Amino acid sequence: MSESSPGASAGSSRTNNRMVADPEDISRMLRRLAHQVVENVKDVTNIVIIGIPTRGVPIAERLAKNIRDIEKISIPVGSLDVTLFRDDLQMRPSKALEQTRLPAGGIDGKTVILVDDVLFSGRTIRAALDAMNEYGRPAVVQLAVLVDRGHRELPIRPDYVGKNLPTSLNEKVSVQISEIDSVDQIVIQSTTEQL
Amino acid sequence: MKHLLSVQELSRAGTLRILDTALELNQVTDGGTKILPTLRGRTVVNLFYEDSTRTRISFERAAKRLSADVVTFSAKGSSVSKGESLKDTALTLNAMGADMIVVRHPSPGAAHRLAHAGWLESSVLNAGDGKHEHPTQALGDAFTLRAHLRPGAKDFAGLTIGIVGDVLHSRVARSNIFLLGILGAKVIVIGPPTLLPVGIENWPCEVSYSLDAYLPELDAIMMLRVQQERMNGTFFPSELEYSRTFGLNRKRARELPEHAIVMHPGPMNRGVEITAEVADSAQSVITEQVVNGLVVRMASMYLLIGGNVSVA
Amino acid sequence: MSLNSYLIVGARPYGEEEQDIRIINGRIAEIGIGLDPENLDAVQAKGRVCLPSFVDLHTHLREPGREDAETIASGSRAATLGGFSAVFAMANTAPVADTAGVVEQVWRIGRESGLVDVFPVGAVSIGLRGQALAELGAMAGSAAGVTVFSDDGHCVFDPLLMRRALEYVKTFDGVIAQHAQDPRLTQGAQMNESELSGILGLTGWPAVAEEAIIARDVLLALHVDSRLHICHVSTAGSVAIIRWAKKMGVRVSAEVTPHHLLLTEDLVAGFDPVYKVNPPLRSRADTLALREALVDGTIDIVATDHAPHPHEAKDCEWDNAAFGMLGLETALGVVVSAMRDVPNWNWRTLSDRMSSTPARIGRAINHGRPLAVGERAHLVLIDPDQGRLVVAEQLASLSGNTPYAGMTLPVSVTDVFFNGIHQVQGGVLNA
Repeated sequence: MSESSPGASAGSSRTNNRMVADPEDISRMLRRLAHQVVENVKDVTNIVIIGIPTRGVPIAERLAKNIRDIEKISIPVGSLDVTLFRDDLQMRPSKALEQTRLPAGGIDGKTVILVDDVLFSGRTIRAALDAMNEYGRPAVVQLAVLVDRGHRELPIRPDYVGKNLPTSLNEKVSVQISEIDSVDQIVIQSTTEQL
Repeated sequence: MKHLLSVQELSRAGTLRILDTALELNQVTDGGTKILPTLRGRTVVNLFYEDSTRTRISFERAAKRLSADVVTFSAKGSSVSKGESLKDTALTLNAMGADMIVVRHPSPGAAHRLAHAGWLESSVLNAGDGKHEHPTQALGDAFTLRAHLRPGAKDFAGLTIGIVGDVLHSRVARSNIFLLGILGAKVIVIGPPTLLPVGIENWPCEVSYSLDAYLPELDAIMMLRVQQERMNGTFFPSELEYSRTFGLNRKRARELPEHAIVMHPGPMNRGVEITAEVADSAQSVITEQVVNGLVVRMASMYLLIGGNVSVA
Repeated sequence: MSLNSYLIVGARPYGEEEQDIRIINGRIAEIGIGLDPENLDAVQAKGRVCLPSFVDLHTHLREPGREDAETIASGSRAATLGGFSAVFAMANTAPVADTAGVVEQVWRIGRESGLVDVFPVGAVSIGLRGQALAELGAMAGSAAGVTVFSDDGHCVFDPLLMRRALEYVKTFDGVIAQHAQDPRLTQGAQMNESELSGILGLTGWPAVAEEAIIARDVLLALHVDSRLHICHVSTAGSVAIIRWAKKMGVRVSAEVTPHHLLLTEDLVAGFDPVYKVNPPLRSRADTLALREALVDGTIDIVATDHAPHPHEAKDCEWDNAAFGMLGLETALGVVVSAMRDVPNWNWRTLSDRMSSTPARIGRAINHGRPLAVGERAHLVLIDPDQGRLVVAEQLASLSGNTPYAGMTLPVSVTDVFFNGIHQVQGGVLNA
């Protein structure tokens, strides 16, 4: 992302960007995820895909499109902002809320596939499970992420992973999606302290 | 933003942030009926030096919908009524670890004093300070106006809004005039000169002494409450004369454009500033204002103390 | 070696050429260049401005009644540190200074404190209630020799009572100092009525509430040919009326406070009651008119309206806070700060407005005298280049309600001689 380009960084540290996936890689991942979902879920007509804002939402839409390409059926897509349910709210400034829009058919009895860009501590997913409780009772909830970077703090594991990316804690994984960032790519940003 | 004391401290972006947050909260809580865990472990104190059941209940509900611990101090039945100073009350609440003080006080600037006199560390939300301001009422009204007249819009350019009545003594009018100015609406203030403050011609509004002249231009009309104590002949000759000149009745309501909405911050004096017919008509959004007041209060609370206050 | 005898070396009388000033037995004995110190203590004053000590026609010392806010002793310390040799103590004490007994008590305690001369102001009406005349003659004839009468804090609103008071004080050359405030037009008033008061929702205090009373009273003073003094003039309109009255030959004098010369109403926007004062801080245009009037003599004097209040009276919400601010210790610096860039303002003008004219209005014959051989040595030395940071906790006043805390005032009082006693040295009171 623009703010982390090398020239823009402060004098005391330097940011290195390393691209680990290009647009082609990302579409391949999404196609593979779609196939895995179709293979794994018995009744695809019962699937609802819910993206977690911000980037989980366009990824959810693309996943739905890929499934439609395979199965020729339309999959309902929604968004679920989990901010209000986070347990780590008080660790950073309050942020504006993003959209929560559930499909008209709701989520009761459905196979919900939660979609996020990066799986890290697992706290976002925990908050999403709590938030979903407020809206209904799905039959099954599964988790699809584009990147799993490890460092879990909760007993949560993904059902579908685009790419496993072992990282160190001073690295940052940035998933960029063209709907939002005008480019498709995954970048690892590492910051090294300078003297 | 640590405190919400006056709409004049808000930017347009800051205002929209609150309105957008309220819109989402309205959506995810079905109009404020569901409970969210957002402020679990936080303490919100409602410190009310004036009787206002409506406002107090709205703030209590807003805090409870967000799972905050709510403590209410009202002027009756607490040390507040025994002459304890605002400062001593503030020190007590600070010692209790209040994260937010919602304060209603008859003295203008009381909320500013709580926030800035060095008495406490809590966030302060002004729930009405004398004749000064009532920011969450204005935010709720802006939410209502936006929902009806400019859904999703980033400003109110092109809207003309009439505010009618006792602006001199009204904190609601002050907050609305300045907030609507921030959002780019055209505001026309209408009332008898005795009830308009000195210098209002320099506020972001036009001023008129005639209601009838402007009715066809208004997208919304806000009727202000006439306080009982102003009706004793010192500000205007009689209740009857007031309602004849500045009251909104059916005949006048018909002069409004069809899409126009009728607003009132409540509580109403039916038959004085507004007739029952108009208050209960299809154009009236008065009960909606109450619900919208709740969601903007939730939004304000979330934005003020939902995150890490010290870095906000 | 004689008592209270010094040689002040190299001071600049009225800010003019350097001179040495010899003080012998409390009086100025010689002024000249290169004077021989003989056996006197020399006070090095090179570059310092030397003026006759100041006279404050309007001070609240709070004793008797509110000794928690100020006492005659503590107020006297504040006064001498501010460069004053005489203060007129307002009558709104508890009990009110409306009898010979109370004014004599104030006068006597002032004498005991010994740092400045304390002249009690007598109340115009019994209990400041504006209904019946207080014992004006008895107060004038008492040991305190009261010449200035005022209900300050309250306006003498009844025009008939005002007329009678003006007439009555002619018998002993007294003066009525009016607190010009129409009580009806200022009911519940909290700040200057303006666009800002409307925005802040604070009840407005219109300029006309002051101006209407001044207009009435100058006409009354003209009619009965008596002396009228207007306290704390705060508006451009008041200046215009006083200017007109003086042209008409009315025997009217007027004062302005240091704070009305320097501060403006926009300070109220933060709701800090340290800026709450009666009359209220006004607009920028008003302060400019007041400065001009002080230079041209339309306003005769600066008076502090020093109004101490205990901490809790200001550490609260605006509406419930007391009116008033400290003034004695900061007066000189604030006046210089406000006036130094006004054309035709100089040290002689300042001395006239802060010393000789207030002494003349109050008939304090031993004060406000010129720097001349034979006069009592009531002198103040000022460092015109060394500013002073105002720290509320360091003031001699028992109260801390100064609006100048944190400000650095441009000049400082370094030394004060009272009847030749060198009682302030290096800006510090000798124990």
